[in-house]
Amino acid sequence: MSPRALDAAAVRAEFPALHQEVHGVPLVYLDNAATTQKPVAVLDALDAYYRRDNANVHRGIHELSRRATDAYEGARAKVAAWIGAPDAAEVVFTRGTTEGLNLLAWAWGTARVSEGDEILLSVQDHHSNLVPWQLLARRTGAALRYVEIDDEGRWILDDLHELVTERTRLVAVSHVSNALGTVNPVSALIDAVRARSDALVVVDGAQAVPHLPVDVAALDCDAYAFSGHKMCGPTGIGALWARRSLLEDMEPFQGGGEMISVVEREGSTWASVPHKFEAGTPNIAGAVGLGAAVSWLAGFDRNEILAHEQALSAYAMERLDELGGIRVFGPTRLEERSGVVSFTMEGTHPHDIATILDSRGVAIRAGHHCAQLVMQRYGTPATARASFYLYNTRDDVDRLVEALGTVREIFG
Amino acid sequence: METPQLSSLYQQLILEHYKHPRNKGALDEPTVEIHMRNPTCGDEVKLQLRVDDGVVTEVGFTGQGCSISQASISMMTQQLAGMSVDDALELARRFTRLMHGDDEVARDRSLGDLRALQGVARFPVRVKCALLGFDALQEALNATEASTEGATP
Repeated sequence: MSPRALDAAAVRAEFPALHQEVHGVPLVYLDNAATTQKPVAVLDALDAYYRRDNANVHRGIHELSRRATDAYEGARAKVAAWIGAPDAAEVVFTRGTTEGLNLLAWAWGTARVSEGDEILLSVQDHHSNLVPWQLLARRTGAALRYVEIDDEGRWILDDLHELVTERTRLVAVSHVSNALGTVNPVSALIDAVRARSDALVVVDGAQAVPHLPVDVAALDCDAYAFSGHKMCGPTGIGALWARRSLLEDMEPFQGGGEMISVVEREGSTWASVPHKFEAGTPNIAGAVGLGAAVSWLAGFDRNEILAHEQALSAYAMERLDELGGIRVFGPTRLEERSGVVSFTMEGTHPHDIATILDSRGVAIRAGHHCAQLVMQRYGTPATARASFYLYNTRDDVDRLVEALGTVREIFG
Repeated sequence: METPQLSSLYQQLILEHYKHPRNKGALDEPTVEIHMRNPTCGDEVKLQLRVDDGVVTEVGFTGQGCSISQASISMMTQQLAGMSVDDALELARRFTRLMHGDDEVARDRSLGDLRALQGVARFPVRVKCALLGFDALQEALNATEASTEGATP
């Protein structure tokens, strides 16, 4: 089946939330790195699941339970195919990226990391890919090391031979930066790490999976985590992919129903993967919604989604440059960027920018974007961030720039 | 160009305090100092007070943040000099009521320039910005009172 052409105007029609007025003007939604809006296909899948198929999974004999289980496991297969996982059993449903990373930090890290070991992170990362590892370091006595970033928000890999040693047990980095929009050379980093150590390589793909082709097998990472709500799916559902051998070697993360094989007085044995890591009744509807989001997104060519967002970034950077007095963060080369444009405006705090833009119907994010190390690196407490998705258009960028004119008028 | 709501938020007086904050700078000999951050947006303030015999004699602040947080702190420091600790706590209580939409307080002249911030109450997500300095003030005054009580058996 040939992919559907990406006509943003037509795509918009499928997103009910985009068709509303806020503060008396049509909404322009540019906060997609925080969460995306949902297409009718996903809303309908959630509605149909609850109206027709709702039951608990994996244990019922009845028809509805069979349907719910098929839908849940069907979603897992869709997610696996979407990220190039060789085996659907390697996909664990989680609450989102954060839970996936915490799962690894506890289930793998606590057993496998000890004093004297090193954990390599990047200052570019979101707190969700920093704090779980900082907690792990505190529990185990391991040391933290960081890949630094240059003035354009790109990894500095010149000193990688010093950063990755035989003591490095874990490398955890993100595929795409949420605060700067840098598309990182993850594959090159992984090759370099593999050449120097047998460290576990974990990738935070929250800002990558929604926007560009991801193939975990080709990347050669050990684990890859992402969230559903940043890719047209519901909140509260995400996935952690990990090599089967890794999942099989790890102890469970949480205990409860669904994850056991046999429970006896003195102990229990675990269900096979991935169920060993899905204690309790899972977010079935969420998984169904995520599966629907994957099916809907799979209708497009992901290279085209990325190109569309990069074109909007280029146009936005050009218009911001015309406006003057604006500092845009991140790489200057377009092919190193995603659809995230983080900026500051001379004499105006990002928080004030966001309030004035909101009054003009333009939704952006202002703050540290859960990336305080990035803010520290560039000596700014916060940035304003516009982030695009496949339904955004050049008109949206024009509305953004027009609203920034109002910011100028007020703070001028 | 501006909608009425926005102009009620970004009044000239607020922008003026933001661009030219009063009492900005460190004190030589503060008796109490509180550092406070708003973790969601990175606004921060270090508020320093000199309290002698139950009276605020000197106020200074450093920090950075949005126009609302910085103007509010600047206006607050303007009102504080010479106030008793009790009056300063009362000022914090009244301003907090203003931020929660109590219009009666808005007629209170003792709030001084702070009344210009009345419009913030209509922007709920910004109320915490306006209260940052006052949260620091309350903590500073409570610390002062606690240490005074400790000193007089």
